[in-house]
Amino acid sequence: MITLQDYLVLGAILFCVGVAGIFLNRKNVIVLLMSIELMLLAANMNFVAFSYFLGNAAGQVFVFFILTVAAAESAIGLAILVVLFRNRRSINVEDIDTLKG
Amino acid sequence: MENIYLAIVLGPLAGAVVAGLLGRWIGRGGAHWVTILGVATSFALSLVVLWHLVVEGAPAFDGSVYTWMTAGGIHFEIGFLIDRLSALMIAVVTFVSLAVHIYTIGYMREDPGYIRFFSYIALFTFAMLMLVMSNNFLQLFFGWEGVGLVSYLLIGFWYERESATFAALKAFLVNRVGDFAFVLGIALVVMYFNTLNYEPVFRVAPLMAELSIQVVPGMDWSVVTLICLLLFVGAMAKSAQIPLHVWLPDSMEGPTPISALIHAATMVTAGIFMVARLSPLFEYSPTALNVILVLGGATAFFMGLVGIVQHDIKRVIAYSTISQLGYMAAALGASAYAAAIFHLMTHAFFKALLFLGAGSVIIAMHHDQDMRHMGGLRKYMPITYITFLVGSLALCGIPPFAGFFSKDSIIEAVHASQLPGAQFAYYCVLGGVLVTALYTFRMFFLVFHGKERMDEHTRSHLRESPAVVTVPLVMLAIPSALVGWYTIRPILFGGYFGNSIAVLPAHNVLAEVGRDFHGPAVMAEHSVHTPALWLALGGIFLMWVVYWLRPALAGILRRTFLPIYYILEHKYWFDDLNEKVIAAGGRLMGRLLWRIGDVRLIDGLMVNGSAWLVGRWAAISRRMQTGYLYHYAFTMLIGLLLFLSWFVVR
Amino acid sequence: MTFELFIFYLFAAVLVFAALRVVTVRNPVHAVLFLVLAFFSSAALWLLLEAEFLALVLVLVYVGAVMVLFLFVVMMLDINVAVLREGFTRYLPVGLLVGLAIVAEMGLVLVRYFVLPPGSAPKPVGPDFSNTRMLGDLLYTHYVYPFEIAAAILLVAIVAAIALTLRRRPGTKHQDPAAQIAVRRRDRVRLVRMDAEKKPE
Repeated sequence: MITLQDYLVLGAILFCVGVAGIFLNRKNVIVLLMSIELMLLAANMNFVAFSYFLGNAAGQVFVFFILTVAAAESAIGLAILVVLFRNRRSINVEDIDTLKG
Repeated sequence: MENIYLAIVLGPLAGAVVAGLLGRWIGRGGAHWVTILGVATSFALSLVVLWHLVVEGAPAFDGSVYTWMTAGGIHFEIGFLIDRLSALMIAVVTFVSLAVHIYTIGYMREDPGYIRFFSYIALFTFAMLMLVMSNNFLQLFFGWEGVGLVSYLLIGFWYERESATFAALKAFLVNRVGDFAFVLGIALVVMYFNTLNYEPVFRVAPLMAELSIQVVPGMDWSVVTLICLLLFVGAMAKSAQIPLHVWLPDSMEGPTPISALIHAATMVTAGIFMVARLSPLFEYSPTALNVILVLGGATAFFMGLVGIVQHDIKRVIAYSTISQLGYMAAALGASAYAAAIFHLMTHAFFKALLFLGAGSVIIAMHHDQDMRHMGGLRKYMPITYITFLVGSLALCGIPPFAGFFSKDSIIEAVHASQLPGAQFAYYCVLGGVLVTALYTFRMFFLVFHGKERMDEHTRSHLRESPAVVTVPLVMLAIPSALVGWYTIRPILFGGYFGNSIAVLPAHNVLAEVGRDFHGPAVMAEHSVHTPALWLALGGIFLMWVVYWLRPALAGILRRTFLPIYYILEHKYWFDDLNEKVIAAGGRLMGRLLWRIGDVRLIDGLMVNGSAWLVGRWAAISRRMQTGYLYHYAFTMLIGLLLFLSWFVVR
Repeated sequence: MTFELFIFYLFAAVLVFAALRVVTVRNPVHAVLFLVLAFFSSAALWLLLEAEFLALVLVLVYVGAVMVLFLFVVMMLDINVAVLREGFTRYLPVGLLVGLAIVAEMGLVLVRYFVLPPGSAPKPVGPDFSNTRMLGDLLYTHYVYPFEIAAAILLVAIVAAIALTLRRRPGTKHQDPAAQIAVRRRDRVRLVRMDAEKKPE
């Protein structure tokens, strides 16, 4: 029998892989974005699991909205990335330090 | 009647406003006519009021004519308390003011500030009347400040002169010290009596006598005593009592009519009047009365002494004024309020007379005020000479002139007083008689007798002053001579003041003195058996010897009493104390506060310090702003980890 | 082990493996492809959770649009992968440590707090139950206001993405229809008066 915890632990693992991805690929913005996608996916996984096991459809509605916002975020993120690359010929995070104090 | 009271106050105000604001259009003649008309109206109406109260026996009027505002249950009103005390004061003020107005036409004839001057003195009369007629503390304070302001304006009337502006500033600042205490006193009244009007305060005062307040923790002070002392500090500044007297001699920088009106006859007596007015309050504080008595006595004696060594004719009279104010204060302290007001009235006449006489001399001397350049003026200015003699005799208290009756009553009253300081004050006022005679007749002989010490040019122009000057002199000489004789019985012993002055039976020294009073003639005759008269006569005789018979004696005397002369010459170093200790101390404190408090603490530590701190903090924390995305992400994740840990551990 | 359990473990394993590859693989194109695999696996898991609509949306919208967009961008940009991989091994311990710590803590929390009482597993829905209809009912009634906001957000994202990447290069030739319509005769035609023929000298 699959329990709620199985899904939650899976979500946690997925989330931590995303976190680890941010640490490991600290210079590549594209991989950073993808790591974020992974973390969002983990969150969605939890929402769907809760929705199923608690019998509440609101969880699925939330996933729907998260997908919407995540799509928008990726679109804008990638647009920024393109502009950045066009101006700097690089997507290396270490080059992007204009905000440095 | 209310309209009459209003007219009395508003007449001079109208004159002042018209002369002050429209002076350019109505010209010099218009300015003096409109102000004289205003003051003359006031004087005439004040006589009506006096007649109404005294002869017709009307009851006192106490009512408000206008409510300014009401805040916290306290009414701020303009109101009049017209009883026999204020009616007498109104009459005296308007009479002297009228005389001075007329006199000014002659004295200021050539002055470019003629119109301004008339506007000021009319304004002064208005403020003084507001003070005198007030039925509440607020209006009293308004008048108090108003006369102070006009006094400042008039001392600095010749503002091109540095000494005049300095003297004006000095008067203003010294009065500020007193006014501060005065306001505190009024605030205490409001705090404990919850009203500004006299009447309820007087009614409740007996119940408040036992109340105490802790200003310094652990020390119980009587509320009434504290109020009275604070109010009296205000009176000390206004009425030039030690140690706040220092401004009055310097105020002689102002034009002479002003010295006569403001700094001799009326304004300086405001403090005396205020204490008499508030007698129902002061009666419940023997401590305050004792302070007043001792300070008054000391002022009467020691300030008179300084007058002996002055060379400026106006300064002699100025010190004389301080000394006489000391007499009045001593009378107040002895609870002989009626005697104080009586002396105030007679003094107003003869001191104004002396000042105007001095002014007449000064006109003749082409505005040279140094007595060492005068002498032998008797034959050039007979009217001035005679009126000046009348004033001098009145001042010295020679019967039957006015000053005798008032001053002798004060001496007797102080003698009868049971307060601890009465003994000291008695010897002071008694010694003061001798001192008064000394400085008065030194001045008199120096000016009108002896060698003619002025230069040829001045001598050739010496002549009697015009009628506008001599008429007021005569106008003032008559009451100076007669007013005492005719009014002593009703004012002092005839219960003239009725219940407008309250005296506790235990303090009623005047009743005691009154038991021996059998008419002015008997009093004059009896004075032969009192030390006061002999001291005065002795003083006059001494001066006659020194300054008329043997002028060389003056130098010998000065050398003999050199240490005393030295002390007097420096006026007991009060000015030095003020300038070198108080003013310098104030400047030092100000500089310390500026350097340390302002520059270091506020600007340095707080303003710049906080900016510096922000700058330093930013310089350190800017290292956190690497601008690298992964540092921010790392921080966020560490934060997440910590939150989770907390959640788990909890 | 039931068939459902087997399916769950299978897809969970694929999902974790794909996710790990996403963050460790050297080539970004491969990373995107592994991400696609991860999304597919999760979609399968969601089907197991009876969220059919979302599973399909994930595949269609996310894999079909967003991931393709990623792929497109990654391929379009000329990226020097070697530079970007610098420090990967150096940060591996830290990343592992933090990741494992978070996993451990989350696991602790989950095990301790998120235990449902036994036998509370939901009953499977009937064959005529439409997940899409249920979501639609909710979205267009209860959540209609957030739904509209989501639409606005998407619109803004579109506008922002276009505005960010749009650039007008100088010197390019392109039509301006507005200018073409607004043109006047005098802008184009100039009448010049001249003699029909030259006069002989």
